[in-house]
Amino acid sequence: MSDPRSSGRPLAARMDRRLAIKWMLAASAGALLADPLGLSAAAPGAGPGGYGKDPDLLKEHKPGDYWPLTFSEGVRRDVAALCDIAIPADDRSPSASSLGVHDFIDEWVSAPYAAQAKDRKVILEGLAWVDAQSRKRFGSAFSDATSEQRLSLCGEMAPAAPAGSELEDPSRFFRRFRNLTMAGFFSTPAGMKDLGYVGNVPLPRFEGPPADLVEKLGLTGEVTW
Amino acid sequence: MFRGSDTKMAFVTPSTAAESYDVIVVGSGAAGGQAAYTLTMEGAKVLMIEAGRNYDPRTETPMFQTNNMAPLRATATPDKPYGYYDATVGGGWDVPGEPYTNASDEESRQFMWYRARMLGGRTNHWARHALRNGPYDFKPKSRDGLGFDWPISYQDVAPYYDKVEMLIGVYGTNDGLENTPDSPEGCLLPPPRARIGELLARQRGRRIGVPVIPIRRAVLTRPLDHQSIPPKLHPGNPKAQRILAEDMQNRAACFWATSCGRGCAIRANYQSTTVHLPPALATGNLDILVGAMVREVPLDTAGRATGVVYIDKATGSEHRAGARVVVLAGSACETVRLMLNSKSNRCPSGLGNSSGLVGKYIMDTVGAGWGGQIPLLEDLPLHNEDGAGGLHVYSPWWLYKEQRAGKLGFARGYHVEFGTGRGMPGANAPYVPDEGGRTRFGAGLKEDARRYYGSQIFFSGRGEMIPNDDSYCEIDPKAVDRWGVPVLRFHWKWSEHETRQAAHMQRTFADWVEAMGGVNHRKPADDGSKVIEPGGKVIHEVGGTIMGAEASRSVTNSWSQTWDVRNVYVADGGVFASNADKNPTLTIMALAWRTADRILDEMRRGNV
Repeated sequence: MSDPRSSGRPLAARMDRRLAIKWMLAASAGALLADPLGLSAAAPGAGPGGYGKDPDLLKEHKPGDYWPLTFSEGVRRDVAALCDIAIPADDRSPSASSLGVHDFIDEWVSAPYAAQAKDRKVILEGLAWVDAQSRKRFGSAFSDATSEQRLSLCGEMAPAAPAGSELEDPSRFFRRFRNLTMAGFFSTPAGMKDLGYVGNVPLPRFEGPPADLVEKLGLTGEVTW
Repeated sequence: MFRGSDTKMAFVTPSTAAESYDVIVVGSGAAGGQAAYTLTMEGAKVLMIEAGRNYDPRTETPMFQTNNMAPLRATATPDKPYGYYDATVGGGWDVPGEPYTNASDEESRQFMWYRARMLGGRTNHWARHALRNGPYDFKPKSRDGLGFDWPISYQDVAPYYDKVEMLIGVYGTNDGLENTPDSPEGCLLPPPRARIGELLARQRGRRIGVPVIPIRRAVLTRPLDHQSIPPKLHPGNPKAQRILAEDMQNRAACFWATSCGRGCAIRANYQSTTVHLPPALATGNLDILVGAMVREVPLDTAGRATGVVYIDKATGSEHRAGARVVVLAGSACETVRLMLNSKSNRCPSGLGNSSGLVGKYIMDTVGAGWGGQIPLLEDLPLHNEDGAGGLHVYSPWWLYKEQRAGKLGFARGYHVEFGTGRGMPGANAPYVPDEGGRTRFGAGLKEDARRYYGSQIFFSGRGEMIPNDDSYCEIDPKAVDRWGVPVLRFHWKWSEHETRQAAHMQRTFADWVEAMGGVNHRKPADDGSKVIEPGGKVIHEVGGTIMGAEASRSVTNSWSQTWDVRNVYVADGGVFASNADKNPTLTIMALAWRTADRILDEMRRGNV
């Protein structure tokens, strides 16, 4: 079984991008691990190129440290534009791409693990569709289209699409892409702050929930320890 | 009485290890750690052999790393099945070069085996749930005619539960509930306050008859009492008291941040490596050999074990170590493998296997999950819910009466673990409802994420499995590991007692979500076999070398001593004759301490 990642990457750099994506998808369809739970004695676990079973947990990691990334510069720009449509800047936090979420997505779809390989197919296929539609309709790459044009294309992908319809795959792509963008964004320090996660700090004691909240929910009687 | 030596013992290699010891302990987790602790504190010279690498939680634990510092936002992968920051080293559901097999291609008939290859084993990542078995749990057959009674009762183990709780530090309360034992004064630490979602679940649980009380977890909510505990644990042994008192002062109380599954650099929670091994090493009586896989326990012509044969994993070379007593503590199934691979003229079907029962009756815990969304928990004011890095409350089994009356359709109970709250965000997108199936994006998405953050609840049922004839492991006739040592082949089957229990769990959880005014995302399954976790998935691997009152119907006696070879003991979960819904680790430690006491007595008497 060939690994679509190791053989796909050099191709992506020098071939027509859509052709390369098509080729990679064909290869990855056969490359999904048949044994995701690792039950079989023959399955050695992660494929080559993962971070292994004893990585240095203290070291801060950057996308690309453990395995090479996939996106060409053009795709990377499209992905950044899509990230910012999913999560734009507002008065509380910056946009997704300004926190590097597009590079997290690149890391994700490039990972040598079965679950990510499955996402890779959905994401790369979706990106190819977005690119094709953008060139056909707007005469430019998605990242160079106007914000109205970008929004209208995303608006088409957002609704649930009936099975078998033309938009079924783009719709599935958009949901998965949006969820990866959310995961990437809200797990950054700025994203955690925006969401309202205020933990991960040492405290002298654990006080439990604020008393007025306990009272508001009618739970004062439950505080017995 | 014991081997005399003033040399400070510590980490050794095949060439620096002594030729012979009082006791060899195979494995370094809950069982091996406790056995080595008790033996060395009382003066025995011990060699501990661990198949994985050395591991020091003080210097290796990622305490404050956020998920964006990890690859893939720290999501679970085959390399790290519980996420990047989980403490497990060198293991998971597969260990490179150390395979196992399943006899059946059918997923429901397969067993998943989780292993770690590190000092301290699986104690480094466990949930720290430290529940006692109750009186019923040692005599299940007497109550409903199924499975096996243990040859010991709660009263035999209770003093050891007390000791283990005092040694490792367990938070919790005494609630006087049926088959959910209280601890004597001085054993428990105060429980942490409940989180807001836990308070709500407690209030609404009452409406459907489910009690919610503080769970018991091995986390220090305050420093241990280093003055009063050591004399209680080591009466008449000033050296042990001094070492323990000193070590207890080096364990900090929890500072209410970071998940316990990462391990604990400040030693606020129990891991073999934070609690058992430091004082055991300080006695000077413990040698630890890491990276060594024991493959056989050889016997002399009189039928006594002479020690172990092990493979130095770095070089592949084989070595021997000698001892008066061998304690098997490498995990239930690893112990089975070692015993079955130790064939001799005296034990042609494997060491201790004259009953033919080595490998039989392996058990896991029944698991089924459920999630719901609770509008009352939306838009909460900012507050820190990290707490003790795990659960603060749970529900012990509550339907004893209905079960006794035969109203439930399954014979044994379960407890409920549940999580709510504003945990550290990671690789899963925060929940948003996406109404009408339309993928929300743009400015409204951020607002939704803020509103719904922390409003979800997740339930896990954890139930008792009854041992059965179809769940066992044996030596695979063909497959071998990297060193040519035969590996285990598993057989598995849940009975209707387990699958019906799993369905009952989901119905209960769905009712509970409704009682909280919440939204169930789906309908509970009618057929529990569709939602029960695969065998082994809950990582409560016990049985395989069960204890009993008769040599023909068990592998060990009530002291965990093999019937056939009197100087070989099993200290791990292998000896469990039943697997109560209570998480097994505390019982493993209590039994290991009891077994070590017995070994010390037998050595003093010259019986081994």
